[in-house]
Amino acid sequence: MEFFYDFGKTLLATLRDVMPIIFLIVGFQLLVLRQPIPHLKRLIIGGIYVVIGLALFLVGLEKALFPLGNIMATQLSDPDFIYGTGKVVTQADWKAYGWVYLFAAMIGFATTIAEPSLIAVAFKASQVSVGTISQWGLRITVACGVAFGISLGTFRIVTGTPLYLYILVGYLIVIVQTIFTPKSIIALAYDSGGVTTSTVTVPLVASLGLGLSATVPGRNPALDGFGLIAFASLFPIIAVMGYAQLTHWYSKRKTKHMEKT
Amino acid sequence: MRWQKWYKIPNQFHTTIGELNILSIILKKIYQAFFDLLPIILVIAFFQIAVLKQPLPQMGEVLFGALLVVAGLTLFVMGLEMGLFPIGESMAHALARKGSLFWLLFFSFALGFSTTVAEPALIAVAWEAAEIAGKGGLIDPGKESLTQYAFWLRISVAFSVGLAILIGVLRILKGWPIHYLIISGYILVMLMTVIAPKEIIGIAYDAGGVTTSTITVPLVAALGVGLASSIRGRNPLVDGFGLIAFASLLPMIFVMGYGLIIFG
Repeated sequence: MEFFYDFGKTLLATLRDVMPIIFLIVGFQLLVLRQPIPHLKRLIIGGIYVVIGLALFLVGLEKALFPLGNIMATQLSDPDFIYGTGKVVTQADWKAYGWVYLFAAMIGFATTIAEPSLIAVAFKASQVSVGTISQWGLRITVACGVAFGISLGTFRIVTGTPLYLYILVGYLIVIVQTIFTPKSIIALAYDSGGVTTSTVTVPLVASLGLGLSATVPGRNPALDGFGLIAFASLFPIIAVMGYAQLTHWYSKRKTKHMEKT
Repeated sequence: MRWQKWYKIPNQFHTTIGELNILSIILKKIYQAFFDLLPIILVIAFFQIAVLKQPLPQMGEVLFGALLVVAGLTLFVMGLEMGLFPIGESMAHALARKGSLFWLLFFSFALGFSTTVAEPALIAVAWEAAEIAGKGGLIDPGKESLTQYAFWLRISVAFSVGLAILIGVLRILKGWPIHYLIISGYILVMLMTVIAPKEIIGIAYDAGGVTTSTITVPLVAALGVGLASSIRGRNPLVDGFGLIAFASLLPMIFVMGYGLIIFG
C-alpha cells in the first residue's frame, strides 16, 4: 500500500515537471506552427513511457539505493571505522581515509553509468556520429571522469583546502585541452559535464559530502559540504577531451607509421 | 517510419526494430537496463561484504527497489526513442522550416525558463541559499525577506537557463565555434569567483549542476541536433551539442551576479 502512495506521489511530481514542456509544445503547434504533429499517437505513448519509467526509477532509488548509500557513506566516514574505536582525533589525517576515496570513486562511476540523462546524450551522440562514438565508450569515459572528480572532492573535504583553487585549476586544464582537442568532440565534451549531475548522482553525492564534512574533525558542513557536484561536472569534460586527444594521437601515429613502412 | 530510415546505425538499439518481435525487444531493453544498474549493485555489495563486513540491511526492500529501477529505466529508454527525441527533432525541423528567428528564439528561451523555474532541486537549493544568507546576516532573517530572496534567486537561475538555451540555439544558427563562448564564460566565472561573496560561491557552482533535469536534457539534445541537421552547412556532431553546456554555465554566472548585487 505504501508503495502505491510513494509511486503516486512521485508520478505526480514527474508529471508536474513535464507540464511546462507539454504546454509549450502544444501551444507552439496550435498557435505558431499550425500543423499536425507527425506520429502523434506514438509520441504520446512514448511520453507516457518516459513519465511512468522515470517515476518507477525514482521510487526504486529512494526505496533501495539512497538509504543504503547514505548508511554506507556515514559508516565509512565514521571516525570509529577510520581511526579505530575509542581514539579521540582532533586533526584529520588524510591518509586514513583511503576507503572513503575508493568508495567515492566507485559510487561516482556506478551512479554515472545508471544516469538516464547520460544514457540519452550518449544515445544521441552515437546516432549523430554514425557509430564512431560508441555509447558505452562515452559513458565509461564520463564515468571515469566523475569517479576521479568525486574522489578528489572527498580528498578536498578531508584536507579542507579551498574549493575555488581546484575549480580554477580544472578550468585552466579545460581551456588548455580545448586548444589541442579535435574540434568535433568539443561540444559533446562540454555537454557531458552538465549531464552527469542529475537524478542518481546528485542525491548520493550530496549526502556523501555532507556526511563526510560532518564527521571529519575540523570541518563544517555549511562551508565544506558543497562543491562535490561541481567536481562531478568538471572532470568528465577533461576525461572526454583527454580520451579524444588520446585516440586522435594514436590514430595519427598509426598512419604515420604506415606511411613509413 | 521516417525516423527509422534516417538512423540506420549499427548499434544495439535500432537495427532490430521491425525484424524481431516486440517481446524480444522489450527483453533486450530490460537486459540493457540491468547492465546499467549492475555497477551500483557490485559497488554496494563489495563495500558491505569486504570492507564494512556487515549483511545488507532490509534485503527484500532493496531487491524490490532495484527491480523498480530496472523496470523504470527500461520504460524511460523506450520512451526516449518513441517520444522525447522525435518530438524535440520535429519541433526543431518545423521551427527551422518556418524560418522565423523570433519564434525559434522565443521557443528556446521558454523551454529553458519553464522547465527550470519549478524544478524541485532548484527550489530546495534556493531556499538553502536564503537560509545561509539569513544566518550570515547578509539579508534580514525574517521569513518574508527569505522567501523573497529565494524567489528572485530562482527566477534569476531560470532566466539564465532560458537565456543559455537561446544563446546556444543562436550559436547553432550562426555557426559560432563553441569554445570561444564557453571559455569566455569560464574566465568570467573565475573573475567573479574572486570578487563574489564567499557564501554564494559553493551554491553558485552547484546551481550549474541542478538545472538540467532528466526530461529536459534529451529534449534539448534533440532540439540542438535537429536544428543542426536541418540547417545547411551545420554538422550535427560539431554544432548540435553544446546547449546543455550553456545551461550549466550561465546559472553560475547569474547566481554569483545576483550575490554581488544583493550583498553589494
